[in-house]
Amino acid sequence: MLYMGVFVLIPLAAVVVKAFSSGLGTLWSSVDNTLAVRALVITLVASLLVAAIGAVMGTLVAWVLVRDSFPGKRFVNALIDLPFALPTIVAGLTLIALYGPDSPVGIHLAYTRGAVVVALLFVTLPFVVRSVQPVLLELDREVEEAAASLGASNATTFRRIVLPALRPAILSGAALAFARSIGEFGSLALIAGKVQIASLVIYADIENGSEQSAAALSAVLMLVALLMLFVLRRAGATVDR
Amino acid sequence: MIVSRRPTLSLRFVALAYLALLLLLPVGVVFWRTFEHGVATAWSYVTTPAAISAFWLTVLLAVIAVPLNTIFGVGAAMVLARSKARGKSVLDGLIDLPFVVSPVIVGLALILVYGQGGWFADVFQNNGIQIIYAVPGMVIATVFVSLPFVVREVTPVLREVGDEQEEAAATLGASSWQTFWRVTLPTIRWGVAYGVVLTTARALGEIGAVLVVSSNVPGATLTLPLLLYQRDSQIGSQVTTSVYALATELAVLSIAVLLLMTLFGSRREEAR
Repeated sequence: MLYMGVFVLIPLAAVVVKAFSSGLGTLWSSVDNTLAVRALVITLVASLLVAAIGAVMGTLVAWVLVRDSFPGKRFVNALIDLPFALPTIVAGLTLIALYGPDSPVGIHLAYTRGAVVVALLFVTLPFVVRSVQPVLLELDREVEEAAASLGASNATTFRRIVLPALRPAILSGAALAFARSIGEFGSLALIAGKVQIASLVIYADIENGSEQSAAALSAVLMLVALLMLFVLRRAGATVDR
Repeated sequence: MIVSRRPTLSLRFVALAYLALLLLLPVGVVFWRTFEHGVATAWSYVTTPAAISAFWLTVLLAVIAVPLNTIFGVGAAMVLARSKARGKSVLDGLIDLPFVVSPVIVGLALILVYGQGGWFADVFQNNGIQIIYAVPGMVIATVFVSLPFVVREVTPVLREVGDEQEEAAATLGASSWQTFWRVTLPTIRWGVAYGVVLTTARALGEIGAVLVVSSNVPGATLTLPLLLYQRDSQIGSQVTTSVYALATELAVLSIAVLLLMTLFGSRREEAR
């Protein structure tokens, strides 16, 4: 507890205290300037988008990895962890290399909002896949076969049988991806360009010495992240049951 | 669910194409750009004095942060899985904090506590110790962001194996220290190993938190990711071979980590 306190809790408390240090009015006015609000909106929209795309594609990838078999599957399975292993700054750079100004394929996505979404999809890829995979492995296939033998189409079976079983895992994976997205810095530092992402605005504020507004924006971000953590634990509780 | 051949193939194609476009191609292009002008050129970029000192600082941060978080992680996991102490659920909730707090906020928090005019500033400044914009601050930042991994890997393993073997050891007269070393640790070792690898990966690659508390002086407080960031933001949109070479160096380190992850991950699954 002491270790947690020294390394985690006291510093975070300092941010909250700083945010409220000049009263609620100042806190609100430093959040309420256009730049901060726009950054928050862009960050939240991008994160929601990433969570949604990640949930669909992550489930699809997990499905292919569990139910399909093809040569090189073990390699693909190991590849999923790459975003966790690769330093985020390198992740950003790899995307610039492929979709940036001197792109070998002629796609110029870097420094746009699209690039932000792609970078976030990259770093959050493992969350949904790794939370759905074990559930899908344990899933009883006999129930699916029973549904099929009773005349249910594949779409119906998926919607009525498979999806309900996977839902908690998909939700908790997507929530993790969302929480990671709103705070992400490393992979976006190079690729976001002029797109104002909340974490980049906080960094710029710190560099300019305006710790007050940095702390205010941080407090709002932490609040959103904590809400997410709470939702996550609720979703996790349903998985255990 | 019996999916016929064609949908299976198209699902497989979509999944693999998604992974290729998102992961494999971008990483491949970085490798290609690195060695575009030959291996010798790439090698000369990663052996500049700045790059070498950045490499050793990166290793130093990991070497300090990983053992600290491993010891704490195993201890905290024991508390979470075994003890019935009150406040356990509070600890359980707090441990995930570093995962959901933005790394930049972590850096800001450290400045507010240890920096100029910070809460503990006097204590350290009177003793002539500089924390922020120096290596100690970077160590604290690294410890912070990589803290939850070992706890999160070890706790479920401890819960799953239960405490019957430990109790058996205790009835046979083993001290709690002996029980831990001879019974508990061997059962959780793959979980610990996997957590250590994840911690290492994060410690080697962290940028946000470390960037805020670093003074950005090459040769003094630049880690490899920071050097990469500094080089690239200086040049603007033109990414040079030197940047790609540094990226490849980091990528090679992390692919080694990835191999260990795959190995320990499968051992961990078997052990269950």
